[in-house]
Amino acid sequence: MDQAVDILFTASFWVAAIRIASPLIFATMGELICERAGVLNLGIEGIMTVGAFAGWFTVYSGGDLWAGVLVAALAGAAFGLLHGFLTVPLGLSQHVVGIGVTLLATSLTYFTYRLVLPEVTSPPKIEPFQPLPIPGLSQIPIVGEALFAQTPLTYLAFVTVALVAWVLYRTPAGLALRAAGENPSAVEAQGISVTAVRMTAVCAGSALMAIGGAFLTMSAFNSFFFETVNGRGWICIALVVFGSWRPGKALVGAILFAAFDAYQIRLQQISGGVVPYQMFLMLPYVLSILALVLVARRATYPKALMIPYQKGER
Amino acid sequence: MRLEPKPAPSKLALLLYPAGAVAVTLVITSLLVLAAGASPLSVFALVWKGAAGSQFALMETLTRATPLIFTGLAVAVAFRAKLWNIGAEAQLYIGAVVTVVLGTGTLALHSGLLLPLIAVSAMAAGALLLLGPALLKTSFGVDEVVTTLLLNFIVLLFVSMLLEGPLKDPTGLGWPQSQKVIAEAQLPRIIQGRRLHYGFVLALVSAVVVWVIMKRTALGYEMRAVGHNPEAARFAGIPVNTVLMKTALLSGGLAALAGFSEVAGLKGNLTRDLSPGFGYTGIVVAMLAMLNPLGVVVSAIFVAGIFVGADAMSRAAGVPSYIANVMTATALLTMVAAILLSRYRVRWR
Repeated sequence: MDQAVDILFTASFWVAAIRIASPLIFATMGELICERAGVLNLGIEGIMTVGAFAGWFTVYSGGDLWAGVLVAALAGAAFGLLHGFLTVPLGLSQHVVGIGVTLLATSLTYFTYRLVLPEVTSPPKIEPFQPLPIPGLSQIPIVGEALFAQTPLTYLAFVTVALVAWVLYRTPAGLALRAAGENPSAVEAQGISVTAVRMTAVCAGSALMAIGGAFLTMSAFNSFFFETVNGRGWICIALVVFGSWRPGKALVGAILFAAFDAYQIRLQQISGGVVPYQMFLMLPYVLSILALVLVARRATYPKALMIPYQKGER
Repeated sequence: MRLEPKPAPSKLALLLYPAGAVAVTLVITSLLVLAAGASPLSVFALVWKGAAGSQFALMETLTRATPLIFTGLAVAVAFRAKLWNIGAEAQLYIGAVVTVVLGTGTLALHSGLLLPLIAVSAMAAGALLLLGPALLKTSFGVDEVVTTLLLNFIVLLFVSMLLEGPLKDPTGLGWPQSQKVIAEAQLPRIIQGRRLHYGFVLALVSAVVVWVIMKRTALGYEMRAVGHNPEAARFAGIPVNTVLMKTALLSGGLAALAGFSEVAGLKGNLTRDLSPGFGYTGIVVAMLAMLNPLGVVVSAIFVAGIFVGADAMSRAAGVPSYIANVMTATALLTMVAAILLSRYRVRWR
């Protein structure tokens, strides 16, 4: 039992928690932007898969790590454009289109993977992002190691949260985006096109989701394999709800979730196989459902979420 | 750009737009085939040959269509009432688990009694599995999309746990697989020497039953009303939550039958790869059928043909068989867009 508590005071645990949180932070911010603009993006799981592959493949074929991140973001934005076109100007069901985009993005990725690497049995590895300790800060016990001895992509994740929060709450563009998700006709009354705002939000959000996916192959597993993403996209959708559509709260949610995930992995090791390992692997998904139930009653959805907007309609 | 409803979509338009969707899908797939260094025409010919070119191919396609009819019906029923059940995959596996638990000798009954008993129990388990998310939706307002999706992962891990624990076949040389079901718990083959089994007949019967429920009963009417406009339905005195519960039970039960039919009719035992995503493909099947239960049969056979044909083509032409997944996903997206465009006119400015 002591062992189970001791875990919480080891630096390696918190380092792992922040590392596990990083891809979730990117993708959760991406989904949050889409939903604040009024579009539920269920393409997230597939878009993360695309990002994971695009980033990894760019580096595998000799590209620079940051070029990989950029390619992943662009690929994500492209699928965002598809999702946005079908759901915003055409106003098709966001549920159906989202699932369709996930199926398309995932299968296109698998197709491309098999096309470029027909024969491989064990997926090739790349040289991933290396930890970049920040001088001074990384010397602080536990906290320093956890927060300031990570890879550059993790730092970028935290910067992204600050940036998203700043854009959403401190800029006219952010105001237009939030209004597009709450009261679209007010946006149109200001002479701003709701369609343009929502399309931009979905593309930008999808780019972030893809970077989240790229984190998995470029900063965590170092190679691409099927089921790399493994439901993380769906968990991010739960995290957005859990974070009440606010970047700060969603960040806390992602870190809490990741800490729990890191904890179950360690608990699994000390449990010595008495409890089937699948029980531990189930926990993140069960936890996501519980979190949803806990916050659902007081959740205040963006009012125009999932409601297509037609210019000229009330 | 904006959309204006067309006064009355002509019969020609209703035919032309879906045809356009198919054309776009074929063009996109052709580009991928070209990228793979093969000729689209010969690849499509190989897919056709692999799916319907011989009696054997046709039987394989119908065999593959069987679980897709069940999951397609499950999705069609749920989506009609706007209950977004994305968890047919989990419900399928629960149905398969029940089939294995009851069918491996636990009950020694005549097959005429055992098979219906197992089928009904599997349906009950699948129904209960979807009842959870439906209840969370109606009583807490938790979005069922996320809960049903997450349940897919939970149930698959649960199955994996069972297959390495209580359900593990002691003679399976360590593989995570269950024992085979006993002879009395097997659905017979329709033609000797072919894999097509009576699960396909059960699927056809289910489609007709679901069609009758949807078109000819009060429940079907209520489900459509709830899906069309829940507020109006409530105002009209329809007990919306009760209808959603009944929808969930029906949908979950249908998806579970896919698991029952795959184990009892085809595989004989349960493995972790019993379903290569039949639950998700069911969404494509249902949407291509425009949620019509009888249409589901046609679209399931069509989609199954693409998968079976692509498998055969992949071996012969070296184009990855994932082309089938790309094709069906593209068809889903182009079809929903085509249906919309057949009803609305796009005005640029």
